[in-house]
Amino acid sequence: MTQTSPYILEARGINKHFREPVDFHVLKDISFGIEKGEFVSIMGKSGCGKSTLLYILSTMDTDYEGELWLSDQLVSGQSNKALSVIRNQHIGFVFQFHYLLPEFSVIENVMLPARKLGIKSPRQIKLDAEEKLDLLDIGYLADQKASRISGGEKQRVAIARALINEPTIIMGDEPTGNLDSKNSENVFDILKQLSIEKHMSMLVVTHDLDFANKTDRIIEMADGRINGVPHPLHS
Amino acid sequence: MNWSVILGISKTHLLSRKKQSSIAALGVTFGIGTFITLASFMTGLNGLLDGLILNRTPHIHLYNEIAPSEQQPIDLAAEFAEGFNLIRSVKPKQSQVRLHNALPILGQLRDNPEVRGAIPQVQAQVFYLAGSIKLNGLVFGGDIMEEVRLFNMSDYIVEGDAQSLARNSNGIILGAGVADKMSLKVGDRIQISSVNGGLFPLKIVGLYQSGLADIDNVQSYVNLSTAQRILGEGKNYISDINVKLFDMELAPGMAKELARQFDLTAVDIKTANAQFEAGTDIRNLITYAVSVTLLIVAGFGIYNILNMMIYEKMNDIAILKATGFSGTDVKMIFISQAILIGTIGGALGLFIGYLLSKGIEQIPFETDALPTIKTMPVNHDPNFYIIGIVFALLATFFAGYLPASKAKKIDPVDIIRGQ
Repeated sequence: MTQTSPYILEARGINKHFREPVDFHVLKDISFGIEKGEFVSIMGKSGCGKSTLLYILSTMDTDYEGELWLSDQLVSGQSNKALSVIRNQHIGFVFQFHYLLPEFSVIENVMLPARKLGIKSPRQIKLDAEEKLDLLDIGYLADQKASRISGGEKQRVAIARALINEPTIIMGDEPTGNLDSKNSENVFDILKQLSIEKHMSMLVVTHDLDFANKTDRIIEMADGRINGVPHPLHS
Repeated sequence: MNWSVILGISKTHLLSRKKQSSIAALGVTFGIGTFITLASFMTGLNGLLDGLILNRTPHIHLYNEIAPSEQQPIDLAAEFAEGFNLIRSVKPKQSQVRLHNALPILGQLRDNPEVRGAIPQVQAQVFYLAGSIKLNGLVFGGDIMEEVRLFNMSDYIVEGDAQSLARNSNGIILGAGVADKMSLKVGDRIQISSVNGGLFPLKIVGLYQSGLADIDNVQSYVNLSTAQRILGEGKNYISDINVKLFDMELAPGMAKELARQFDLTAVDIKTANAQFEAGTDIRNLITYAVSVTLLIVAGFGIYNILNMMIYEKMNDIAILKATGFSGTDVKMIFISQAILIGTIGGALGLFIGYLLSKGIEQIPFETDALPTIKTMPVNHDPNFYIIGIVFALLATFFAGYLPASKAKKIDPVDIIRGQ
């Protein structure tokens, strides 16, 4: 099922309920889209549902109503196996907590999604991973154990991992939430550079207003709805 | 599915927790090792005990039983058929001890493809003479080389050997008890007198010890022709035929048929040793019960450790799923870890089990009942090793399967949100 739209990622009428402990309508009729190369941030108070929305957009959460389109392909309703392939190939994810596999070396962490995808040769994957680490100025960490490096370094490794399969979109859940202002700025610059140079779309959930103000567009959420700001294309 | 990635991840998981992985593997090693040791030793012991009886007992023993006729003449008379006939003091019928047509029967038995061997035997009551003393005795005449082949006779010849009897028509293999009482040794001569009064000087070529004093104090072995001469009978005088089959289970059926066909008494090994069979069955049952328990305990150990491991790896599972590994991939990562543990632990267990059973084989074990056994009996049956490794793999697979299925179902969002 395909259709042409200006968006890389599009949500259409997404609704989500938490059923435990009591029924709670957490996302109400969310519709928006992200264009290729666009840097979008989602802001809102704690509990407004922004992380929940991000998990749905990242295909990890499948318990919702509505439609999710990624690169003109309907994602909603696909099997878990198909979704994991989509995540692997099209979505890079950067978490607030660095979430590297602690027993693996930095380069192994970066290589893992590419090895899962299994398109390139192991040699090529290793070269790619080294290239991504160099891009983020952490090539010297390649053979360190992931558990032995600092928080800012971990976040950059996580970004390198998100990049390894050249995804269509990178999603971040408070990617700078755990970093000091210098590191935080650093991460922003990296993401910004990627969106300009590689035309990757960015979707970042953040609390940090300074960070958000530097992005192309801010989506503000409150009580499970998007506040105002329809997309410039529609206005 | 991309196996090299999955196996690479399991390898790193296992190697980064060397202590935990080796404890899990050692659980398997211990279970499989003890299973092999125990099974080898217990079946070795069972085999020894079985052999004690079964090796020496013919599968079918043919002879003429002296017994009163079951049908008395009055039963055949029509005019008394209605009556209640009572006959007192019934005596056995005068009949021969020898088997009628023994040589043709032997010939037929030997032609039967089910029969491993049939040995003619002559039993003769004798006295062993030592000066003025007469000792009661029983001499068995037979084909000593066939006895060695079929009934492991050589295991019980403690001095001398079977060949020297086969070569010497005036030789005797004397019961150890008799030799003891009369202070005789191999190479000496002994006088034997038959019931009819004939005197036969025989050369002692060997000593026989069964371990049962009652037998060793009485029994001796000679050649068939010697026994026939002692009885004053001809070449066709044969009192017993011992038959050994390839398959012991056929004995009861065949014994019945032989008894009917040749009109003689045929006793099969199952009837002769019924209580013994029950003992063997129970010992086997105990062996299996203990082995299975050991293996199950090992299986629970693996289950436990893998379960713990998966709880520790919740974060890893969430990352793997978020970066595009499917639930099945994650499941395979943990199952492959379980199977790796099972393979390594199991292989080590086979090795340890082999060493231990080799060790047990070195422990001295001497008993009068078994003159040729010097050490503990151990059965190095390759089947135990096959069962051992197959069980190690099966047990680790199932022990890993449940926790791995749990890992498959873990929702990464729950874990990421939970941070």
